[in-house]
Amino acid sequence: MTTQRPRVTRNTPKFKDLLRDTRFWRVAGQVIAVLLFLLLVILVVDNVIYNLRALGIQLGFGFLGSQASFDIGETLISYNPADSYGRAILVGLVNSLRVIVVGLVLATILGLVAGIARLSNNWLVRQLALVYVETIRNIPLLLQLFFWYFAFFLQLPNVANQITLPGPTYLSSRGLYLPWIQGGTGAGVWLLLLALGIAGAIAVWRWRTQVMQERGVRGNQMLWALAPIVVAIALAYIINGAIPFSITLPQIVDTEQIEGGLRLSPEFGTLLLGLVVYTGSFIAEIVRAGIQAVPQGQWEAARALGLKSGRIMQSVVLPQALRVIIPPLTSQYLNLAKNSSLAIAIGFPDVYFVASTTFNQTGRAVEVMFLIMITYLTISLIISLAMNLFNRTVQFKER
Amino acid sequence: MLKWSSLLLSAALLAAPLSGCSRFLYPQLSAQEGGAASGAVLNRVKTRGRLSCGVSGNLPGFSYVTQQGEYNGLDVDICRAIAAAMFDDPQAVDFRNLNAKERFTALQAGEIDVLSRNTTWTISRDTSTGLEFAPTVFYDGQGMMVKQDSGIKDLKGLQGRSVCVQTGTSTEQNLSDQMRKLGVKYTPIVFEDDKATFAAYQQGRCEGVTSDRSQLVAQRSALPNPDEHVLLEIVMSKEPLAPAVRNNDPQWYDTVKWVIFGLIEAEELGITSQNIDSFANSEDPVVRRLLGTEGDLGQGLGLTNDFIARAIREVGNYGEIYNRNLGPDTQLNLPRGQNELWTDGGLHYAPPFR
Repeated sequence: MTTQRPRVTRNTPKFKDLLRDTRFWRVAGQVIAVLLFLLLVILVVDNVIYNLRALGIQLGFGFLGSQASFDIGETLISYNPADSYGRAILVGLVNSLRVIVVGLVLATILGLVAGIARLSNNWLVRQLALVYVETIRNIPLLLQLFFWYFAFFLQLPNVANQITLPGPTYLSSRGLYLPWIQGGTGAGVWLLLLALGIAGAIAVWRWRTQVMQERGVRGNQMLWALAPIVVAIALAYIINGAIPFSITLPQIVDTEQIEGGLRLSPEFGTLLLGLVVYTGSFIAEIVRAGIQAVPQGQWEAARALGLKSGRIMQSVVLPQALRVIIPPLTSQYLNLAKNSSLAIAIGFPDVYFVASTTFNQTGRAVEVMFLIMITYLTISLIISLAMNLFNRTVQFKER
Repeated sequence: MLKWSSLLLSAALLAAPLSGCSRFLYPQLSAQEGGAASGAVLNRVKTRGRLSCGVSGNLPGFSYVTQQGEYNGLDVDICRAIAAAMFDDPQAVDFRNLNAKERFTALQAGEIDVLSRNTTWTISRDTSTGLEFAPTVFYDGQGMMVKQDSGIKDLKGLQGRSVCVQTGTSTEQNLSDQMRKLGVKYTPIVFEDDKATFAAYQQGRCEGVTSDRSQLVAQRSALPNPDEHVLLEIVMSKEPLAPAVRNNDPQWYDTVKWVIFGLIEAEELGITSQNIDSFANSEDPVVRRLLGTEGDLGQGLGLTNDFIARAIREVGNYGEIYNRNLGPDTQLNLPRGQNELWTDGGLHYAPPFR
């Protein structure tokens, strides 16, 4: 019987062994990567500060308080050239948010319609959707914006020969004028109560759906959900004693001017149309892919239950397709938000445009660029967060 | 292992170009790049043997490319004069087209040596953007162009109308100031690109378009029916257009400054590219000092003594440059007005060469 000699080296690990240990390298690799990254950041920051100092330029955000003294063509919140640069950038931000929010809604609707149309049984509808998606998707957005602006909006007749649509709605190269609702005093209270009413309606709808599912009785969700809204409106009327909303109609003042109503400038129109049409084509593909990802068996099962195809799409296929649709849809939403900065090409005063004017006039390149980056990062993260929350609600619940 | 080593490699590759411009690794180089050292740019341009000059590139009369591919214009000739003074070769210039927004950054970053791009000399640019302005080469004022048949006669006529403006210029602020003073409400339609600005005006998006008067005249000549457009009889601002260099390099600044003064002084003395040789034996000490046949004024700048003579011989004096690019024989036909010499009632005045 031979006795095994105990290994001495095992208890006193050497540095050489450490180098051979993959566990060590896994950790060391990460540490080195982090260090290199930090070094990179330090180099860049140091370089910027050093060069600025060499040029005699101070960093700081104090310039945001000084008078802007330039005008902005389109403002939703009050602004005049005596206001500060900070206010001007805020005006730009509001303009950006307006185009992004309206754009997201319209692009989703367009994308959904075009995506479903791509799978239509009707040959013409299918081919039209195909042509739309393939053409728009493959042309740079900047070119499309120039096209819409110079070849479409600016080619509309001038104010003297404008097109009058019922409403009255006027369409000319100066923009589109629509009748619009105008809020007077107390409109805030109304809107607040209405929002509460809608929130209540959603809660009631859910509750009735649950009741319907659990007890098998008729839900009558529509009727029930109407109740909170009616209550809210009644309350608002009692508090205010009047309806603070009126309709303003666009009126022709002289040959060149129109006052009142809602005005959509050619710049806003171009940007909105460009973003919606462009992003819509991508969303259409995402919707199509999502629908096709739902197994054919689901269609067949639903048909076997006697459901009509519209109903199948609405109640069976789309809810399942959403699981696949939402993650890439989020990316498209982010793209739309970021692409809105192309407004600069066609003269719409969005946040990037106003900020870059500020940068031009103050020479504060670093601060302004930083501000713009933070702004877009925040907008994107908010969209991303909202979509991720939504995504969670449509995923399979595994219990 | 392979993954990590490739990651390290890529990180190192990424860091290499960045560290190249950091003061940690190359302190002496970055001090030079930073422009803090006096004479850094002059030496760099001399070593390179070529001048790098930032221009607009699409403004007739000031800087534009001809059908033969040649750069032409007043701003261009200023750069050629500097190159001729330095290298005795007006072609030793690399032109870079810059838009209004890029121009200062390009100069600050040292991508160009001199900015000769119809840039208005203002106090804020002089003090807070790290620039130093050479003498004014063109005295301009902001104007307003409208269509003849619009019936607009003055700024008040623009009440409730739209005005196309190009951003990145003092134009935007001047317009806002004037309109505020007159209490006129108008809508600015602002573009980043001057081509888009004038295209939108031409398409009827705005009733008026505003810019420096010289630029309006230049752009009008490029419109399909130049006669249909008129400049209003107003001057909204002072726009002294001057070349600029970076701060903190007095020697290079002096070079640019005195080449331009030399062009003006030569016109005052009647020295042109045609007759310069007849002045070679001039007895006039003022002429002799300017042309470098007496004294050592050029050496003080780090150039040759005959640096002005070189510039005149190759490019001509200020009057020749003006007439060649903007004068009566050109399409623009801008009257000289304020751009006459001081001796003729204008504003151009060179300090003494002594």
